[in-house]
Amino acid sequence: MKKITLTIDGKKVEVEKGVTILEAAKKAKINIPHLCYHENLSIYGACRVCVVEIKGRKRLEPSCATLAEEGMEVRTNTSRVRRARKLIVELLLATHPEDCFTCERSEDCELRKLAYELGIRDLRFKKARKYHYEVDFSSPAIIRDPNKCILCSRCVRVCSEIQGVGAIEFANRSDKTQVLTFFNEGINNSECVTCGQCILSCPTGALREKTEIDKVWQVLSDSEKFVIVQTAPAVRSAIGEEFAMGAGSLVTGKMASALRRLGFDKTFDTQFGADLTIMEEAYELIERIKNKGALPIITSCSPGWIKYLEHFYPELRSHLSTCKSPQQMFGAIAKTYYAQKLNIDPRNLVVISIMPCTAKKFEARRPEMCSAFYYWKEKLGLKEEDKFFDVDFVLTTREAARMIKEAGIDFVNLEEEDFDEPLGISTGAGVIFGATGGVMEAALRTAYEVVTGKTLERIDFEEVRGMEKIKKAEIVLDGMKLKVAVTHSLSGARIILEEIKQKKSSYHFIEVMACPGGCLGGGGQPLPTNDEVRRLRAKSLYIEDKNKHLRKSHQNPAIKKLYEEFLGKPLSSLSHHLLHTSYVERGRY
Amino acid sequence: MKERESEEYKNRCEEIINFYPDKRQALLPLLHLAQQKFGYIPKEITLYLAEKLQLPKVKAWSTVTFYSMFSLKKQGKYVIRVCNSLSCYLKGAKRIIEIIKEELGIKEGQTTKDKRFTLEVTSCLGLCDISPAMMINEKVYGNLTPQKVRKILLKYKKE
Amino acid sequence: MKILFKRIEKPDYKPDIKSYLKNSDFKALKKALRMKPEDILNEIKKSGLVGRGGAGFPTGLKWESAYKTQDFPKYVVCNADEGEPGTFKDRIILEKDPHSIIEAMIICAYTIKAKCGFIYIRGEYFKAYEVLKKAIKEVEAYGFLGENILDSNFSFKIFLYKGAGSYVCGEETALLDSLEGRKGQSRIKPPFPTFVGFKNKPTVLNNVETLANIPHIILKGGEWFSKIGSKNSPGTKLYCLSGDIKKPGVYELPTNVTLRDLIYKYAGGPKGKIKVILPGGVSSPVLLKKDLDVIMDYKEVEKKGSMLGSGAVIVINEKRCIVDINKRILDFFNYESCGRCAPCREGIKRAKEILEFISEAKADLSDLELLKELQEVLFDTSRCGLGQAALNCVRSSIDKFYEEFKEHIVEKRCKVGVCRVGR
Repeated sequence: MKKITLTIDGKKVEVEKGVTILEAAKKAKINIPHLCYHENLSIYGACRVCVVEIKGRKRLEPSCATLAEEGMEVRTNTSRVRRARKLIVELLLATHPEDCFTCERSEDCELRKLAYELGIRDLRFKKARKYHYEVDFSSPAIIRDPNKCILCSRCVRVCSEIQGVGAIEFANRSDKTQVLTFFNEGINNSECVTCGQCILSCPTGALREKTEIDKVWQVLSDSEKFVIVQTAPAVRSAIGEEFAMGAGSLVTGKMASALRRLGFDKTFDTQFGADLTIMEEAYELIERIKNKGALPIITSCSPGWIKYLEHFYPELRSHLSTCKSPQQMFGAIAKTYYAQKLNIDPRNLVVISIMPCTAKKFEARRPEMCSAFYYWKEKLGLKEEDKFFDVDFVLTTREAARMIKEAGIDFVNLEEEDFDEPLGISTGAGVIFGATGGVMEAALRTAYEVVTGKTLERIDFEEVRGMEKIKKAEIVLDGMKLKVAVTHSLSGARIILEEIKQKKSSYHFIEVMACPGGCLGGGGQPLPTNDEVRRLRAKSLYIEDKNKHLRKSHQNPAIKKLYEEFLGKPLSSLSHHLLHTSYVERGRY
Repeated sequence: MKERESEEYKNRCEEIINFYPDKRQALLPLLHLAQQKFGYIPKEITLYLAEKLQLPKVKAWSTVTFYSMFSLKKQGKYVIRVCNSLSCYLKGAKRIIEIIKEELGIKEGQTTKDKRFTLEVTSCLGLCDISPAMMINEKVYGNLTPQKVRKILLKYKKE
Repeated sequence: MKILFKRIEKPDYKPDIKSYLKNSDFKALKKALRMKPEDILNEIKKSGLVGRGGAGFPTGLKWESAYKTQDFPKYVVCNADEGEPGTFKDRIILEKDPHSIIEAMIICAYTIKAKCGFIYIRGEYFKAYEVLKKAIKEVEAYGFLGENILDSNFSFKIFLYKGAGSYVCGEETALLDSLEGRKGQSRIKPPFPTFVGFKNKPTVLNNVETLANIPHIILKGGEWFSKIGSKNSPGTKLYCLSGDIKKPGVYELPTNVTLRDLIYKYAGGPKGKIKVILPGGVSSPVLLKKDLDVIMDYKEVEKKGSMLGSGAVIVINEKRCIVDINKRILDFFNYESCGRCAPCREGIKRAKEILEFISEAKADLSDLELLKELQEVLFDTSRCGLGQAALNCVRSSIDKFYEEFKEHIVEKRCKVGVCRVGR
């Protein structure tokens, strides 16, 4: 690549030809303020906050959209530039509701931060008339507040470019422009898959999860309820970030301790559910190959991914594994096996899950996710109106952190504690579920030993790790070459599905995660979630895996006991009732 | 929107798509046709066009809402466009608009109950030499006075 | 001296091919097809013709840039999205002499080696659209459009494309996006359309009036053209007079005409006493009575601190309120902004709001300073010409009519009685 030299604020910088001034400035250790620019998305060039002065040009130019050229002289902080930035942000603030005191994003709102850093200490548009748009509460997982939207288009671009869903787009023009769904029918009446990537990309409080914190506080203080909490693998390498610990800090022990102090009767681990999922899925894979069922078989623990397939490729749903996700398997087992063990009325057992994911809020409410109810229906003489879900409430990582803060818990200085048993016991295979490639790797560790009967020497499947969009591998299982693929982000899923649709897919087993990076990059994770942060979160999970004594799901003693005492064996009749599910065809609105 | 009208429209679509050198650009002409035929852009048609042109449907809808000549609500048989830009404004466009509102009993952007007239206040129509000016569908009326406007409306009301 | 209106003003001239053949016979096209593209470019460069749509960019250079770009296919687009308030000249040409535009486009296509052209016409010009549609068919039937034009190896087709009610689509890059079937939102320049235009291919975009001059330049030569009118922007200009003027209309005059002559000598003089003149529609800074002797070419008007633009001269008399005028203008820009970039979308909205407050006696003097700052920042940071020029008029109005603004704000008085300040 050809190298060019330009001058930024008097300093010479050498960059490769083809980079923008914004990127070149980063190399010169200048972070030009910006709003609509996003490292993973196409250039939009509309907020105009990133403008700079270029010698010889009449006007200020957007540094995110202007290529650096040989000999260019750029100034990023002249009084002309600073005044322009300030006024533009002041204009955005003029439209913005003034409720920073009660806004969920007040701590990490990019607009607020920018206003502070640009030195805005007086809002001159005092009499500015604000909008009174309707807030979209239709979705179970995501709330859209157009009043706080600054029309940066990051959510539109992420939904369209990274996820290939395109549920939202700009409508109207001029100051009537809004980000809306098709014919403004609300997110719940669109193909929104509730993945929450839009929340991660939004600089303000315009997009946020539908909170269930109050409901959780309520059950915690209800003495009649036995409240259990389960936490997803991806939470433990991210929740620390909400307490100013470094990106990707592994805080499993502190997390367990904090949750216990919140008042949960039992602090369990979704990783137990993950190990269980592997048991069921590995056997399902083997059986499907043996019986020449629909191949490739595709993982089904990512609810955003499931909803995506149900909207866009419902004809291919026979390819999905019938296994529920770890969250849902956990809930079903908790309200049957565990309730029995403790001799508690399952109706008084409340299951809370803490997830890196917003789609899990949607998943928990899927009408079929009440297997425990049907297990108990006859035994307890229950009526349909008494129906209860396997998982009662879902909190995102962010929500859990807020509860811990509300309780005044000094998270950073907590002593490490363990999860409760038996549903808190897990293997390394369960941990890596949080990273893209993790489910595949965990499944292979078990499938190999089940099929060959031999011990797996090489536990680490590096080929399926990392942030490449599509990862492929070939594993020999007793003479058979198992071809596997892993993808993350729904645009990756689309590629895989198109291959299957056109009957060009050569894989046996595919892992799909809706979010870039896997669950660790989920819509419920702390902000910011960028490439670097995702990389660090993944690193921590693989370290936790390596440090575990048991690294294969089928070695989990609690799981073994669960089958012995209750389920029988993988894919047994009871397993099918409690741990497997079906999928529907959703409309194209 | 009747079945037959919809079929007629869809038949013409193929023709228009093949006429233009680029498939995607056929969207605006197709929307013009829909606006002309149905008096608005129905949701069904937006979906149909998105599929036909292989566009995300939100993008098709987004385009409809951008342009002022496409409406999502059915317009009247006669669309009255009154210019309110500077030259017409100087020549009394405000009064003309008031009169039309009075005579028809509607506000800007509304359609009369009998579905015959829609009032749109627009930007410069390029008729500044005969300002104040208005258009009723394709017909141009200029050098308007309050009397003239009432006379013109009366003529249309009789039709 | 008339160039563009010479034919049109003949009493029996009709916009059909018979009249065109009788009066011009496509002589320019026939001559051009026997010339080398380089020679055609030389003539146009020599002529000094600059864009008549508002930007005033040298047409010869634009054509040459597209000619030199080695990327195919190339396109020729006629910008018939006339929308600047006060402008109606292109409408006249399109309705009365459509074939001249077609001929010019064919010449351009031949020069730059384009095979396909578009006429992007605003949706509200129903009559012009029908006239053009018929004209294109006639020219096709005559063999001047289509395959192998006049037995040369050159083929060219023109498509008519209707806009749908958006002023910003008159901006060349927004026009291109609209022509591609999208919303009319501007693109970042550079790269310019002659490199990256329609479908990212080299495109020449010219205004109707600019194109109308081409056949005459080809026939009589660039040097002939360069001697007409002013040195900086030679030729004639179609000046549109409207507002408080006795004889509103289009006047074709050499570009060295003074504003005074234009208003008094040709357009019958003002109705009432002149307060301000907008020489280039609502996007131009205001001119006063004392500026009447300015020569109406691009450079001279710029020297006087204003902008010739499309040549839409709007005359405003002393009975008008400067606050009210600017409120109306900002209302227009607010409605027409595409909404993509923050400074334009939000800045114009707030400027309009401030003017409303001024007219309702709810503003402070500091709001005037705020308006000035808004104008400077919008000029500096807006993505396209709409935002860049939107506050030109109000800024110059505040500079030149400060007292009138102050009177509204401090004394809560509108001298001419238009604003509801005191009430």
